[in-house]
Amino acid sequence: MIESVNNWLNGLSDTQSLLLFTSIKAIGAFSVMMFMVAYTVVLERRLCAWIQDRIGPNRVGPFGLLQPAADGIKAFFKEEMTPAHVRKIFFTLAPMLALIPAILNLAVIPFGSTLGKQPMVLADLNVGILYTFGIVSLGVYSIVLAGYAANSKYPFLGGIRSTAQLISYEIAMGMSVIPIFLYVGNLNLSSVITAQTGTQLGVLPNWFALQNPMTFLAFCIFLVSAFAETNRTPFDLPEAEQELAGGYNVEYSAIKFAMFFMGEYANMILVSAMMVTLFFGGWTLPWFGLDQPATTPIGGVLHIGIFLGKVFLFLVMFVWIRWMWPRFRYDQLMDLGWRRFIPVALANILVTAVWLWWRSAQ
Amino acid sequence: MAITDILFYVFAFLTLACGVLVVANPFSRNPVTSAMFLVLTIISMAGLFVLLHAFFLAAVQVLVYAGAVMVLFLFVIMLLDLKEEERRKVKKLGLIAGLISVGAIVAIFVRSLLATQPGKDLPMPTAIGDTAMLGKMLFTNYLLPFEIVSLLLLVAMVGVILLSKKDLK
Repeated sequence: MIESVNNWLNGLSDTQSLLLFTSIKAIGAFSVMMFMVAYTVVLERRLCAWIQDRIGPNRVGPFGLLQPAADGIKAFFKEEMTPAHVRKIFFTLAPMLALIPAILNLAVIPFGSTLGKQPMVLADLNVGILYTFGIVSLGVYSIVLAGYAANSKYPFLGGIRSTAQLISYEIAMGMSVIPIFLYVGNLNLSSVITAQTGTQLGVLPNWFALQNPMTFLAFCIFLVSAFAETNRTPFDLPEAEQELAGGYNVEYSAIKFAMFFMGEYANMILVSAMMVTLFFGGWTLPWFGLDQPATTPIGGVLHIGIFLGKVFLFLVMFVWIRWMWPRFRYDQLMDLGWRRFIPVALANILVTAVWLWWRSAQ
Repeated sequence: MAITDILFYVFAFLTLACGVLVVANPFSRNPVTSAMFLVLTIISMAGLFVLLHAFFLAAVQVLVYAGAVMVLFLFVIMLLDLKEEERRKVKKLGLIAGLISVGAIVAIFVRSLLATQPGKDLPMPTAIGDTAMLGKMLFTNYLLPFEIVSLLLLVAMVGVILLSKKDLK
């Protein structure tokens, strides 16, 4: 049985095997991401309950683990209201666009070293990071269109407010990673991981978040911008129900609303994966030779596990901060983005470039 | 037919179809719809760049045009009075002027296409998508145009700051 499968695999031409393995990897990555989206919601609700000294959802299935299934079924079967005054095409399009960029971006994230002969990344582009930012910047459309399609005042204002927030922090985010790529020397995400192998001072990992002050500063700016880009507290003005009457999603209900919700969590996972790749060594751990590409299948699975573990830690942090911090005011948000982060990020690029030039002259 | 050929025709068709729908959409005269079709045109053009191995250009096309410039377009459109724009009739003079300029551009295209033989004896472009090489070219061969363009951006920025200041002293 296994032999015949092997023979069949060896008989495939290069294009055919590329297509086969890429589709398997794409489906695998997509399923894992959707699974994580579902369970990040549970994590959020349980952690929040724990922080607020409650129990949280524990009725559906053992320990409440089937809660996402219940939520999903509810969202699908709930009556879907489409208000009469909305622009229907954009109204339907916007929730879909919320989810698509995060899924597209999975293609360039290296989520493991190798499994068998297959590299664990869908497309090892030499412009990886530019692709990521290009697709992330398309995410704005879901919010613009949702605000516009609703065709009423509060969603419209909410849409404009959120769009301004997203495009402001995109600039800070994009500029904060440039020092990393000055160090690495090209834009490929796999070489970013290669540049973070090994240890420093004997035990500490050689990750960019710990390597030197410039890359640490880059990480700090990226982290805060990531919160703003994913609309998470303390920057969740797009969905401030209490003081701003909600945002772009006021007119949405049932599964369309749930898709915005899923989009937020998918973006959180994606941004965590990017932070892990750029600043925390991706699938590597500096000890026990785990920073070299795996030679055995077990090693390959272990690398994927390490990657998912790091992403999970970031997700916990996202959730934790949401229930610990109050919301920023809108002017504070804009001030932080434009008058603090962008100048600091620019200065960081300059300092890094000068330092690298000085080092190369030595 | 190789898969790249099929993809070329798909992206070329999308570019052209969406481009037509930007200016002459029979179903809607809504400027937001036009802007969204322009976004699709830009993205399909990025697909064509990928087929030419110009990955950097493709990524920057999506990042700058689709992700930044078009969002600002949408912003401005949404803050304008759209109802008036939808009611506006096509003026005769504008129609004639538009047709003349389109005709002129088509004539130039046809002439230059006939003068050359497209695709003949041309090697497949290689490695122009390489970011490092592009950077080197920008800072050596094309330094002067590059600096002039950045000066233009600087002027635009100074202009914006000047306009947004309430009282000049």
